[in-house]
Amino acid sequence: MATPAVGATEPVTTTAAPKTAKTKKPPGQKPPWWLWFAIAAIVVFCLAPFYWLINVSLKTGPDLSGSAIVPPNPTLDNYQSVFQNDDFIRALLNSAIVSLTTTFLALLVGSFCAYALARLKFPMKFALLALVLSITTFPPIAIATPVFKLWSDIGLFNTLPGLIIPYLTFALPLAIYILVSFFKEIPKDLEEAALVDGATRFQAFYKIVIPLAAPGLATAGILTFISAWNEFLFAVTLTSTPDARTVPAAIAFFTGSTEFEEPLGTISAASIIISIPLILLVLLFQKRIVAGLTAGAVKG
Amino acid sequence: MEAASIKAGTPKGRRSRGTSERRLAAYMVSPSLLLIALVAAYPIGYAVWLSLHEYSVRVAGLSRWAGLDNYSTALSDPEFWDAVQNTFIFTAGSVTFEVIIGMGMALAMHSAFRGQGLLRTVVLVPWAVLTVVTAMMWRTIFDPTLGLVNSILGTDIVWLGESPHAMIVMIIADVWKTAPFMALLLLAGLQVIPGEIYEAAKVDGATMWQRFSRITLPLLMPALLVALIFRTLDALRIFDLPFVLTKGTHGTNTLSLEAYQTFTANNIIGLGAALAVLTFIIVMAVSFLYIRFVGGNIRGLAEE
Repeated sequence: MATPAVGATEPVTTTAAPKTAKTKKPPGQKPPWWLWFAIAAIVVFCLAPFYWLINVSLKTGPDLSGSAIVPPNPTLDNYQSVFQNDDFIRALLNSAIVSLTTTFLALLVGSFCAYALARLKFPMKFALLALVLSITTFPPIAIATPVFKLWSDIGLFNTLPGLIIPYLTFALPLAIYILVSFFKEIPKDLEEAALVDGATRFQAFYKIVIPLAAPGLATAGILTFISAWNEFLFAVTLTSTPDARTVPAAIAFFTGSTEFEEPLGTISAASIIISIPLILLVLLFQKRIVAGLTAGAVKG
Repeated sequence: MEAASIKAGTPKGRRSRGTSERRLAAYMVSPSLLLIALVAAYPIGYAVWLSLHEYSVRVAGLSRWAGLDNYSTALSDPEFWDAVQNTFIFTAGSVTFEVIIGMGMALAMHSAFRGQGLLRTVVLVPWAVLTVVTAMMWRTIFDPTLGLVNSILGTDIVWLGESPHAMIVMIIADVWKTAPFMALLLLAGLQVIPGEIYEAAKVDGATMWQRFSRITLPLLMPALLVALIFRTLDALRIFDLPFVLTKGTHGTNTLSLEAYQTFTANNIIGLGAALAVLTFIIVMAVSFLYIRFVGGNIRGLAEE
């Protein structure tokens, strides 16, 4: 049984084969040969393409036009030129500001709504939940198009707040959806006891439920952050210069020292760099992320 | 906090709590409702309004009422129907393969005796890699000169510059990124099926295929349907993959990309808004069909 802590100390590139032959095997049952084959296939399927990107990012010059599986002259030059690129640094900063602010606002506003949905009795509850869920199915282009016109008119086009506001269209429903299923799992007894002791319902919420729901808040926060960090459509539609571009948009518009040649080595290095925070999150919080992703999907 | 006093919910206490509970619910829900109205409902309404007007390309801000002109322009444009067709081909192709591969991965992960945590971490890597990075990655893999695929196959196909090929690359990229997500959802579904059922079936002499089709599949259906909805609606909105892979050329233009190009690149505001509204209608129609289909699941989350 690999705990997240074990996973965290292991590099992803090691195979999924177990380290020692202990534990958990039901007596008298041997894993069939095809299972090892299937597991090896899963690991290759998931990691090999990413390895190729690492491979390209370590090549420069003539090596780049060859398809060697191992870089013949591995070099970190591409990484160096990414960090010398001011637009990229700016994009990293923009992404961090936009993603963190979006996550904070979504959790703050969403936790109230999620608590009411999970615990309080009020009319039109199903309608509200259906509304929240239906927002998650909105195609972002239908929001981006009018917002583009609106922001151009009022001066929010190509600004960071101009990104954060539309980001809430997906971040808020996502946070609410995950939090509802976590709030439901908290035993009611503690809250009831606090109410009997004279606490108001709201005090019970923020003094008892919120601390108990900390893992749920963390999960919702991680998933919201990742979806904001990944967002692309608003990022290219509502910005026009590196001043407000986030990393995904910057990667899409990446040009090298010369305008016309597309520097695949540098783009690959930049892609690796921006994937690192996310892969770290996965390594550290694998269990939480899986719990959040599957929240509500199984219990039905 | 004596545990005994928990039961003390007397009828009188409950009644007064009912109204205050409603008031509290209203307070707690209204910030979210307000935000949703502001950032989702209002823009959609504004998009409809924009789509009913014609904007001058030359004089900023000059507009006139155009009725349904923009819609009839869009609907009589073969490019729109191409985009519809491409979007649906992409959705059908990617979701089908994601279900098949995701199911295979979930079954294998479920029967792995050890190292499940590590496997889950490995599987989360494609999910965590940004879509833009995914697109870049597959571009380098299918690159005509430096790419892996041509060197393995010994071909020199310009993968992203030919008509069925570009769509195939796009589907492969999407399947790589999201089949693992599917696998995790299905794995969670598998883990709640009690093992005794299988033991009983084995004793009764059921074959492996019978156990899969008669036990696993029906019991997995709720999780599978939820995963299907998520994936289908996501695939219908696809934008980043074609944007980075091909800019929508060679049969990969999708609805979202078509609306984007009309609106921002060509600055045809009314028509772009009409295309965005049409995309919205198509996606909502599909999600409505789905929600009717599995509406019980959502109701379950609200009540309990």
